[in-house]
Amino acid sequence: MTDVSPADKRARRESLGSGFDLGRILLEGRAFFALIAIIVVFSILSPFYFSTSNFLIMASHVAIFGLLAIGMLLVILTGGIDLSVGSTLGLAGVIAGFLMQGVQLDAFGVVLYPPVWVVVVLTLCVGALVGAINGVLIAYFKVPAFVATLGLLYVARGIALLMTNGLTYNNLGGRPELGNTGFNWLGFDRLFTVPIGVIILAVVALVCSVLLNRTAFGRWVYSTGGNARAAELSGVPVKRVQVTVYILSGICAAIAGLVLSSQLTSAGPTAGTTYELTAIAAVVIGGAALTGGRGNIRGTMLGAFVIGFLSDGLVIIGVSSYWQTVFTGAVIVLAVLLNSIQYGRRRARPAAAAATPTSSPTGSAA
Amino acid sequence: MSAPAASRVEASGITGRIGEAVLSARNVAKSYGNIQALKGVNFEVHRGQVTTLFGENGAGKSTLMRILSGVNKPTSGEIILDGEPVVFHSASEARDRGISIIHQELSLAPNLSVRDNIFMGRELRTATGVDFAEEERQTRALMAELEEDIDPLTPVEELRLGQQQIVEIARALSVNSRILIMDEPTSALSASEVEVLFKVIRDLKARGVSIVYISHHLEEALQITDHAVVLRDGTMTAYAERKDIDLEWIVRNMVGENFDLGSPPTGHAIGDVALAIQGVSVPDAARPDRMVVDGLSLDVRAGEIVCIYGLMGAGRTELLECVAGRVRASGGQILLEGQDVSHLSIAERIARGLVLVPEDRQRDGLVQTMSVGQNLSIASIAAFTKGLFTSRSREQALVERSIRNVQIKTDGGRAPIGSLSGGNQQKVVIGKMLATEPSVVLLDEPSRGIDIGAKGEVFRLLAEGARSGLAVIYSTSEVGECLSIAHRIIVMSRGRISAEFGSNVTKEEIMAASGEAVVH
Repeated sequence: MTDVSPADKRARRESLGSGFDLGRILLEGRAFFALIAIIVVFSILSPFYFSTSNFLIMASHVAIFGLLAIGMLLVILTGGIDLSVGSTLGLAGVIAGFLMQGVQLDAFGVVLYPPVWVVVVLTLCVGALVGAINGVLIAYFKVPAFVATLGLLYVARGIALLMTNGLTYNNLGGRPELGNTGFNWLGFDRLFTVPIGVIILAVVALVCSVLLNRTAFGRWVYSTGGNARAAELSGVPVKRVQVTVYILSGICAAIAGLVLSSQLTSAGPTAGTTYELTAIAAVVIGGAALTGGRGNIRGTMLGAFVIGFLSDGLVIIGVSSYWQTVFTGAVIVLAVLLNSIQYGRRRARPAAAAATPTSSPTGSAA
Repeated sequence: MSAPAASRVEASGITGRIGEAVLSARNVAKSYGNIQALKGVNFEVHRGQVTTLFGENGAGKSTLMRILSGVNKPTSGEIILDGEPVVFHSASEARDRGISIIHQELSLAPNLSVRDNIFMGRELRTATGVDFAEEERQTRALMAELEEDIDPLTPVEELRLGQQQIVEIARALSVNSRILIMDEPTSALSASEVEVLFKVIRDLKARGVSIVYISHHLEEALQITDHAVVLRDGTMTAYAERKDIDLEWIVRNMVGENFDLGSPPTGHAIGDVALAIQGVSVPDAARPDRMVVDGLSLDVRAGEIVCIYGLMGAGRTELLECVAGRVRASGGQILLEGQDVSHLSIAERIARGLVLVPEDRQRDGLVQTMSVGQNLSIASIAAFTKGLFTSRSREQALVERSIRNVQIKTDGGRAPIGSLSGGNQQKVVIGKMLATEPSVVLLDEPSRGIDIGAKGEVFRLLAEGARSGLAVIYSTSEVGECLSIAHRIIVMSRGRISAEFGSNVTKEEIMAASGEAVVH
């Protein structure tokens, strides 16, 4: 309503003084500062924390949450939620394990041992399928995202348990004479001392960052979450965008499932239970709004590292796992609190918001 | 406060002479940081009369209202209520002193009943809970007073918008408000609902309630007001009593010069039929057996501006949304330059040059989380995408061109969309659609909630577009607009075309054809 000239805005910004600006920097860079604080505190508390080898181990744990969180971010940016990623992760591991054991084809009386790349492709397809079911239910059948993905959470987990009868596949190494070795390479092995899982995370993060910032699809994602009606009238294929982000989330979960089962050299049907909540937490700590339209990969990665480095730090200094749960929960609540301060301030004072544009609200940064 | 008995109002316990100042602002100034939203305004609310605040967006109307209703405190100056200076620390404090505000966006809970809305937050308690029977009795009494036949137990969402407004007024009366501030109360009402509202306002006046009225709908406001106050750039530029002024006076004082919305652009060639709507029907979403657009046919030529005039509920929005592809037609064809597009998606129609500027810019036009630039470029992403990737420089160029073309007042493309005034936000929505280089543009009530200056600029844009061969369909509920922009005026009523006029028609003819009684 209040019409403000550019000159007035600049004057206003200057008049605010440096104290307020510091607060703003702290608020907007909160995930980054939290990560620094975590590293500093644990390095003081434990001599083992601050070392390259420990960072690499922690990073390989972060890779799992990070991969789930990237998929989750895409979904949350469109204003949705994907509760099924933990189960999809577990199902993907089981599928991979199942394929690695060899597929018995009774009709032909042969056992098929697909090479690792085929296993990977098929597993990713299963992840994409779970995502596609989510997406179609949500976009075309108008099932609320929370309910649809909650349903898939149970279904995927149930299928994983059915396939294994509750047992774990332990023999994922493959045999050279069958030509299906190399599964270890997906997460267990290292490349130039860096765990492969971390490299996969970095690549996926980079690809998705480019996707969000430099492609039409990225803009569609942000606009769908910001205002789906306006996006639709502007020619954005909103339904297709919704289906696609759930498919991408499913694929991310399947990648995480492959990496995890490779790291553990086993695939159990209960792997990844409650990981969807950790992924949501990472996205939220990274500053994304659960209402959609705001958030970016950089923040989400920071969020994943905050959670991973915090819980591993607590393990290293010997805090009981019960306390770890309490700490993690407190961090999540704090993050959401700060989010609502940041976004609430913008809404509550439209006149003032005009004068102090809080930094670029959408994906202008990676 | 002694006054002749004849002019005293005692029925509702409000005493004092009609017309005397009950609430006044003395030298009220308000600044946000370095921005002076109000620069020493003097303003009086007259007892038992309607005082209308006129002004463009950003003139300071809302700021003044927020101060009078206790939401904000003035930076300097004082508020005088019943002759005594008062300081309100909150809206509820002001409400306790009898000042209520009814916002443009109604603050009712649609799922609750009328009774529950009226007593929301101040339920009548008994030892065992809420005294629903007493609440219902009081609600019934209020509705009887307002002569509205609304059952207290009806959920608010089942009421028409006009009735919901009555409920909001009843809520203000239920706390014994004697000063009622109404911000754009008619913006979403049909003409008949406006009439009901005006009757209620007259009744309120008779009971001694003082009313502050804000509206962009100048003609309408003139029908109801007793006093006119004009604000411009945070200062009061003019005050007069109703009998001394006319529409031209208001407009002149609002914009500071003689302002004319002009006449339809002439002197350019009208081309071939760009858009042909042939027998299109759209069923009612709620009742599929009823047609909101009923076998309507209309041709629009390149370079032609066609106004669709009609009341709320005439089917204008549904028709335009159907042509744009948001709503499926149940019959008929839509031909764009001779080709049937009725099976295409919204995106495909935009690609072929058929675009819609929707009616509700907050709900359908803008992505609030995005910047001005991203909003401007969202419909033409393909224009700055090379291969897989978008080009920042080409997007930047497109955004800057749009900002220049539609003359958006902004800090630049990176400014948040919420930082713009209503008129500039509307220009963003229009600019977004024009950036797709359309051949046919549909505009659904684009002048709603924007000031007369911005309206003039929208008209200029449309005239420019028409000169360069754009076909324009413009839907409106303001007769004056039809006359200043349209080559051809279509009157729509109950889903059909009830009349068609050239640009030489009079207001009365148009209004008569729409089935609208001229409100006096």
